Amino acid sequence: MKLNYFKQSVFKQFVASNISVVLVALICYSCVNYIGYHSVALILLATVSVLSIFFSIYPVLSAAAMSALIWDFFFIPPHFTLHITNSEDALLLLMYFVIAFTSGILTSKVRELEKLELQKEERSHTLKLYKTLFDSISHELRTPIATIVGASDNLLQNDVKIAEEDKLELVDEISVAAFRLNRLVDNLLNMQRVESGLLEIKPDWCEVSELINSPINRLKSELATHKVEVSIQDEFPIVRIDFGLIEQSIFNLLHNEALYTQPDSIITITANYVGENLIITVADDGKGFSAEELKLLFTKFYRISVNKTGGTGLGLSIVKGFVEAHNGTVKVENNTPHGAKFTIIIPAETLMLQDYMDFSNIAVKMNAQYETLTETYRPKQTKNVTKSIDADIVE
Amino acid sequence: MNILIIDDEVQIRKLLEITLNNNDYHTLEASTAKEGISTAVVHPPDLIILDLGLPDDDGQNVLCKLREWYLGAIIILSVRSTEEDIIKALDNGANDYLTKPFRTGELLARVRTALRQTQLSPTVQKLEFDNLSIDLTSRTVTLDNEPLKLTATEYSLLTLLAKNDGKVLTHQYILKQIWGPGYTQQSQYLRVFVGQLRKKIEPNPNNPKFILTESGIGYRFCTKVDE
Repeated sequence: MKLNYFKQSVFKQFVASNISVVLVALICYSCVNYIGYHSVALILLATVSVLSIFFSIYPVLSAAAMSALIWDFFFIPPHFTLHITNSEDALLLLMYFVIAFTSGILTSKVRELEKLELQKEERSHTLKLYKTLFDSISHELRTPIATIVGASDNLLQNDVKIAEEDKLELVDEISVAAFRLNRLVDNLLNMQRVESGLLEIKPDWCEVSELINSPINRLKSELATHKVEVSIQDEFPIVRIDFGLIEQSIFNLLHNEALYTQPDSIITITANYVGENLIITVADDGKGFSAEELKLLFTKFYRISVNKTGGTGLGLSIVKGFVEAHNGTVKVENNTPHGAKFTIIIPAETLMLQDYMDFSNIAVKMNAQYETLTETYRPKQTKNVTKSIDADIVE
Repeated sequence: MNILIIDDEVQIRKLLEITLNNNDYHTLEASTAKEGISTAVVHPPDLIILDLGLPDDDGQNVLCKLREWYLGAIIILSVRSTEEDIIKALDNGANDYLTKPFRTGELLARVRTALRQTQLSPTVQKLEFDNLSIDLTSRTVTLDNEPLKLTATEYSLLTLLAKNDGKVLTHQYILKQIWGPGYTQQSQYLRVFVGQLRKKIEPNPNNPKFILTESGIGYRFCTKVDE
């Protein structure tokens, strides 16, 4: 595909460079009586030099050859023949070829060097990005590993007496470290899912309150010192999204809040449904972000400068990947009067509860009757006590 | 109680052995699918803990082969954590599914539940959980000794979940049992009724203690102990 495009563009360059030479030659032809055919050679040479700035080497060389032939054929007497009588003209034509070709080759070489320089720069940028990745990941991996190694070493030492409560604390450290490692592995795997382009969303109906309360419960201990306020629009319809991905997105946002806001901060989570879009916001009353941080926050591996607790800079780019897989958007802005506010907007189908109730009740009754019917034909001992003909008895 | 562990990782086997032995279970071990199946045939255990990533065969195949004759409980313990894997294993007859890394406390709870499930007497007439009680003969449900008004669907859903107390039931399974075989794709019914039911029986519907969600898989009825 890429090769095709390249060929076509080279072909276009051939056409364009030759046409320009012909056009310039035509203009010169009209005024050759005033300027003389030697100056025409210079004008054509200048044209070829200018062309070599814009086009690649082969189109330029073809334009050089073309212009030399045109000059010979139309301008050097005798006209309309390639024959040259004058030895001075022959020398000039030779020089013309040499100069045109050298200028074409020189410019293309300069451009090649430029290209190499650009590639080098790109590579160093990628290297820098990888270095950031390796630094943060090795830090994030090694810190919990160091904790586990150190704590278990302590526990294994027979000659040193450790107080019972210290032992418990060491074991607790090991456990915390292991779960931190697991979360990092999850993040890396999720990032891989986003990066690979193989992320496939599996939308299913889910309750928004569950979507928001599940990550809060998972982060119970991390958010213990924070105040979490949830506000969900009354009579919220059920929505059709990939529960796992969006739940993980909200989890990542909340985990960031737990890590980067002060204890006692108030974290507000809201959910609304506006114009076929599910809108979820996660806000805090912390310090907020600088203009530059707001711009770069969702970039992979980006970590804010005050960040002392580590982190891989993957969390928010995963949120972005998961939300965008739903054709949604995620944005961050500063909250008023202070703090940060993340907003997830996802186009999603919804269903009001009442719509399906009556219809579904009929299905349930029919199913109960069917079960009862089949049951009466079954041997007696498998009879199930709960299956009753009238499904409405309980009401 | 005999528990057979089929897992190729020595470390995991060791961990399981220590955990289970300390809780008065007797353990048998196998490191390959072949060894696992032959051990299960020779000494049929009360419960099997099966890893999906075995060196000689896929765990799902092992599960199917075991289910051809084995009626005891099977718990899957695997690093594979996608919803497809879990649903497939449950469809293939696993009683429960736990992903690595796992908490041993959680594992023991699942083992107890699975063992209880396979020994359940079919003539149970009353189910009791904390402040919730379901009388299957009179079809009445009481919460804090107060009778609870439930619709027919809500009652069917509650009893289905409660009778499988501790076991995860997939969306499809529940839909098929309650709404019928033609409704296995209509998961919206389930969301709606679980939501309604939670409002009636849960003290805090936002942090349910009876009907727990297994994200993307199904629901598990469980009396969660409040910390």
